[in-house]
Amino acid sequence: MYAEFGTQLDIETNQSLQALAAALRARSLPWIRDVVPALCGIAVHYDPYHPALPAQVLVYFEQLLQEAFKSASRFEGSGRTVEVPVCYDQVFGLDLKEISEKTSVSSEEIQKRHTKSQHQVLMVGFSPGQPYIGGLDPRLSVPRRATPRTRMPAGAVAIANAQTCVYPYETPGGWSIIGRTPLRVFDEARDPASLFAPGDRVRFVAISRTEFEKLA
Amino acid sequence: MSLRIVRPGLQTTVQDRGRFGLQHLGVVPCGGMDPVALELANGLVGNGAAEAALEITVLGPEIVFETDALIALCGAQMDARLGASPMPENRPVFVEKGTVLNARRTTLGARAYLAVAGGIALEPVLGSRSTYLPAKFGGLEGRALRAGDRLPLIENVSSISSSRYENLNGKKQLAGLRTVGWSAPALTLPERVPVLIHAMEGRQHALFDAAARRAFFEATWKVMADSNRMGFRLAGPGLALADAAEILSEPTCLGSVQVPASGMPIALMADHQTTGGYPKIAEIAAADVPRLAQLAPGGTVQFARCTLEQAGELRRALRQRVDGALRALAWIY
Repeated sequence: MYAEFGTQLDIETNQSLQALAAALRARSLPWIRDVVPALCGIAVHYDPYHPALPAQVLVYFEQLLQEAFKSASRFEGSGRTVEVPVCYDQVFGLDLKEISEKTSVSSEEIQKRHTKSQHQVLMVGFSPGQPYIGGLDPRLSVPRRATPRTRMPAGAVAIANAQTCVYPYETPGGWSIIGRTPLRVFDEARDPASLFAPGDRVRFVAISRTEFEKLA
Repeated sequence: MSLRIVRPGLQTTVQDRGRFGLQHLGVVPCGGMDPVALELANGLVGNGAAEAALEITVLGPEIVFETDALIALCGAQMDARLGASPMPENRPVFVEKGTVLNARRTTLGARAYLAVAGGIALEPVLGSRSTYLPAKFGGLEGRALRAGDRLPLIENVSSISSSRYENLNGKKQLAGLRTVGWSAPALTLPERVPVLIHAMEGRQHALFDAAARRAFFEATWKVMADSNRMGFRLAGPGLALADAAEILSEPTCLGSVQVPASGMPIALMADHQTTGGYPKIAEIAAADVPRLAQLAPGGTVQFARCTLEQAGELRRALRQRVDGALRALAWIY
């Protein structure tokens, strides 16, 4: 089941969704398997064979959302700030030059703006731990690349439109790469496994090549 | 106490019913592509529904049982031998230590499940033993089985297997094998060509042009060779949007049918990505996903339009048939 609250990316809507997701989870309904706050909506995945599943599940879902709206507290995020060390060296920032040409912002300035902005995880999805992060400096906005790369390097820090993200795995991807983090974004043996969760604040911190090698 | 893999087959993985509660972190449930066959295989050897089994894909493995064990093979029909005898499917079989299962090719359906009494004794990862191939975790080292692998079984698999077999009703020797004279029903095998799969209109159905909306429910679609546990790529008439529109990434679910720019739809299967930005023309009824999973590349499918209510009825009807089969087993054990 998916409830949509808008079709445009809007940080405030997204923050309400995080609070709503928390309120839904707090109900701990046994037939609900996953509550997924997304960019502009919220998905609830349920066990279609659970004995406690309400007969009119969509009607119930709507009521549930309305109740959750009332009980949802103001958005306070997860309360966490994730610090992400990023090496913005040209070796890693494969698309810095191209972005500079498109935006007339120098590589140094891109780094400065990217590390200065207040970022926030809007959604985690696609692959395990992959964050969609909002709050990108508007001056850095570039469209998705016309031809996606077949392999983004694991740890690639990239931007597209109004968002930035970190690729946890070597997967195809169409965003422009500005640097790389030595951190493991998702590690199933770690607790918590995912570096990012929806609602986290994110701060990017510039590191040198030497520091990158040390942390990697 | 193990299974030794002599030949792995095309893609044999450890799967259970799935890894739940982590989709908000991008982790999809995975699990058996045909959960019905998996559940029946577990039921036949006296396991609970949560145990892990082996998912066999199109070309089967050769496996040595290094212990006495009660086993069952469900799902796709296979050209398979147990020692010198044909392997009976959909029923429990007691094998002695040293017995070899040699599974060749599926003859009907694409995925079979081999369950062993007590399950596969691997450590769960994030709450499940399912192999998640794209991120390489779960199951055995997050990968498909290879020749030489040894899969651990529970310590007392031999004694549990003997006592479960002894308690079975209708025990029967069949071509030298210790099995039973009855069998569980196969509920997910293709009953006709093309297979008929029920689907509801997807969230972006209206964004497609009239020809595409008609073609999706009228055409015969062929499962392409590059289909896998993530998704089934379908070949047929290209589906175009009325206006080129970019949608924001949003959650996807098992059975979502998304259409990338190529116009060829992709049905999202067990290992699918949790979010996606392609428009979704349809959502496959939950009850019919296991039957779709039984198609191999080259297999054909037609989509029949259904409503949410009809999808619910299909689901309840399937559950009744599975529960009926499991109840019969519960009486036997």
